[in-house]
Amino acid sequence: MPERHKTAAARVNDFTVKFANVNGSGSASANALVMKAIFRMGVPVVGKNFFPSNIQGLPTWYEIRVTREAWRARAGRVDVMVAMNAETYARDAKEVAPGGCLLYDSTWPRSSLLARDDIRTCGVPFAQLCNEQFEGARARTLMKNIMYAGTLAALIDLDLEVIRGLLAETYAKKPALVDSNMKAIEVGYRWAREHFDCPLTTRIERMDATRGHVMIDGNTAAALGCLYAGATVGAWYPITPSTSLMDAFRGFCAKHRTDPQTGRRDYVVVQAEDELAAIGVVIGAMWNGARAFTPTSGPGISLMEEFIGLAYYAEVPAVIFDVQRVGPSTGMPTRTQQCDLLACAYASHGDTRHVMLFPDSPEECFTMAVQAFDLAERLQTPVFVLLDLDIGMNDWMAPEFRWDDAWRPDRGKMLTPEQIEGLAKFQRYQDPDGDGIPYRTLPGISPKASYFTRGSGHSKFGAYTEDSAEYQEVLDRLTRKFRTAARLVPAPAVDGRGAAVAIVSLGSCDGAVREALAALRRSGLAIDYLRLRGFPFGAEVEEFLATHQTVFVVEQNRDAQLRSLLTIETAADKAKLRSILHYNGLPMSADCIVEGINRALDRGVAA
Amino acid sequence: MSFIAKPKVANPGLPKNELGLNRRDYEGGMSTLCAGCGHDSVTAAIVQACFELALPPQSVVKLSGIGCSSKTTAYFVSGGHGFNSVHGRMPSVATGANAANRHLRYIGVSGDGDSLSIGVGQLAHAIRRNVDMVYILENNGVYGLTKGQFSASADLGSKSKKGVANEDQPIDPVLLSLALGATFVARSFSGDKEQLVPLIKAGLAHKGFAMIDVLSPCVTFNDHEGSTKSYAYVREHSETPVAADYIAPKQEIRVQYAPGETISVPMHDGSSVVLRKLNPDYDPTNRARAAAYVQERALRNEYVTGLIYVDRRRGDFHDRQGTAAEALNAVPFERLCPGAGKLGKILQSFR
Repeated sequence: MPERHKTAAARVNDFTVKFANVNGSGSASANALVMKAIFRMGVPVVGKNFFPSNIQGLPTWYEIRVTREAWRARAGRVDVMVAMNAETYARDAKEVAPGGCLLYDSTWPRSSLLARDDIRTCGVPFAQLCNEQFEGARARTLMKNIMYAGTLAALIDLDLEVIRGLLAETYAKKPALVDSNMKAIEVGYRWAREHFDCPLTTRIERMDATRGHVMIDGNTAAALGCLYAGATVGAWYPITPSTSLMDAFRGFCAKHRTDPQTGRRDYVVVQAEDELAAIGVVIGAMWNGARAFTPTSGPGISLMEEFIGLAYYAEVPAVIFDVQRVGPSTGMPTRTQQCDLLACAYASHGDTRHVMLFPDSPEECFTMAVQAFDLAERLQTPVFVLLDLDIGMNDWMAPEFRWDDAWRPDRGKMLTPEQIEGLAKFQRYQDPDGDGIPYRTLPGISPKASYFTRGSGHSKFGAYTEDSAEYQEVLDRLTRKFRTAARLVPAPAVDGRGAAVAIVSLGSCDGAVREALAALRRSGLAIDYLRLRGFPFGAEVEEFLATHQTVFVVEQNRDAQLRSLLTIETAADKAKLRSILHYNGLPMSADCIVEGINRALDRGVAA
Repeated sequence: MSFIAKPKVANPGLPKNELGLNRRDYEGGMSTLCAGCGHDSVTAAIVQACFELALPPQSVVKLSGIGCSSKTTAYFVSGGHGFNSVHGRMPSVATGANAANRHLRYIGVSGDGDSLSIGVGQLAHAIRRNVDMVYILENNGVYGLTKGQFSASADLGSKSKKGVANEDQPIDPVLLSLALGATFVARSFSGDKEQLVPLIKAGLAHKGFAMIDVLSPCVTFNDHEGSTKSYAYVREHSETPVAADYIAPKQEIRVQYAPGETISVPMHDGSSVVLRKLNPDYDPTNRARAAAYVQERALRNEYVTGLIYVDRRRGDFHDRQGTAAEALNAVPFERLCPGAGKLGKILQSFR
């Protein structure tokens, strides 16, 4: 008998489905299947994975936001909960928004204390159905996940043919698995149709808003950027959440950098003994003319610091991807934060400042990965690309990346053998062009090109020195070079001009900021937005800060690191920079920004 | 300027090698080490080895960490690039440099502090990877630049200049290298150029990681009575079971060896190293026996010197990676970038 239909506002193509699972049970592929099916039906989606730092047995959640307006942040509410983990059932049930729907496994009795009358509760005996339909413990566990995808398909009106198509692609080499998975889908689907009013008012309707787009995570996109930029040496030490970047690079190289006949590889991947060695390998390789990179996260940055100072002072290019996670110390390795801004900006002892890029999305992970190598070689210095776990590991809808076949790497001021022969004498650290960037040579070319690279005091001739004036001359030139860098890093993205109030933010905050901006503007507030894309900050950033009376700095860390950086590195008045901080480890949603700004403006106090 | 350029006045009568260069063409800047430092003799041996091998100076890449020993990369082959990196981390820089261009000759110079204390981890892993380089460990058992602290290679009971005995177990780089699977392990003495020069040449010809531990006394802090790394002590306590002679690819063997007393080891570049057995029971191709021999002699307070172990069969880092034959830094971009057409296909799998 169909359950009583609860009244709820129709939420077509605008709702969030959350899956509560046990990690290691195979739920990830079921959840991805649902997300991909919605995407293929032309409806924009966002996927967020909240997973434990564990292999098997702990609670894990996956959230799919269906958003016809193609917002990119979390919604901050849950409309449909697929509660498959008895351990977290109570809190999962509580999280459903009034009028929402809770789907659970009714094989076992559920405490009446957990019932809610303001949501619709759909019980399906998944375990019992699986036991009837499938043999073997492993298959029964896995198929239980696929089966709830089938039930959900009936509830939110997913096209079974789209699901069948996805399964056929996934198991192209194992057709038997297509059949068994499809059987589980159909059992779940049929059961829902027989027992509930299907579909819900919260449901999917076909759109055409995902054409020309892909669903991709930032780590994979960055790896693709490394491949296209011509990186040949990757060195790393495994660390969450950056590991999948090197995994993806290795995968792309196995396919696109390996000669199918001979097996010859045009790349090297070094799994180093620690992050100190990983950055050492990168520095050695780039010093010797190969494009090299290392992906890491906060603890790795801490370990790399001494080497980063060497690369800064000896002027060796290096590319470092910092996929930020929650600190301090080991922190929460599978949660997201933007907490390494200051650590990267000033990494290493002594006077050091570094170039940083801030991608906000997978497409910028791709383009900025390519740019990072050009900047590192052009400026002969380490370049940090700061991702975070949210961008790096979650699936984002992104426009298909483009590539210009005429593009060639900018190797910077690297002397050719012909130029070397024309020189009377090569001197490594001179500044003939006045931009602070010296000329370099590669080993192996000519005895005339040789020089000595050192992190100890050196003169502009490249010679060891303890002479004050000679030391200072080189250090001052590095300041000139940093000013040049401010002109070369990507310009900020600006939305709106002329308002008195503004938001400045960066990276993965962008999705939440844009949604907040729309809400604030709808409510009548004139507000501008500048998204930083690179460090050092250039003239455009200075001007934006100067022309706004109140600037809300939105970032994901406790200590307002971006605000500190703006205070140190620009002329902006500290008092007008106000912080909106989010640092609980989960991706941001727009409401904390809207609330923070409204509160601050109404009360006239800093948030 | 506090850097002292070495005046280049070469005697026109100096012998020339196949490239028309004389020994002085392989020198570097003026040493700022103490007069009589063992390290300067090692530098001279490297210069001699590179000259005799007629290496194009630009093909030599010199790498080091931090410390007295690490300064020496500035004192030889000024025509090659040098990299004085951070303390104990030269092996990773060498690994990266070698990854970028497998065709140059990488000479790493380090010390016992740089290699066995702060850098023991990186050394171990460069050995495991069998990075193609010569690793010269200038071993004096003491920290010089910070004025006389014991290093990790200081022997039990060896006395500091102030008369204090070391009570911590020493790390023997030879035993360490053998345990980690190094494919070329040698030990020598800075005062024995006759032995050291052919070992460096053999190490350069070896494809893989060549560890050469060179006992190189510190005249200022560790050359006194009671030290086991002094000139006098090392001279009196060395034992060489196998001597190595380097034979260039086309060089005829002039020395007559008695049958059964020699092993000829062909190297990858066509040269060979002839091992002369000074102790008939010693087998330098048996790793376990070599390690046992070194340990037994150590118990008798003897340093085993010469070419202690060699393994030609194991491929180097690039062999195992399957890297292209050309240097990675010279592979044309067109071969590295899959292009716009392929990008579309790659992205299809993310639809």
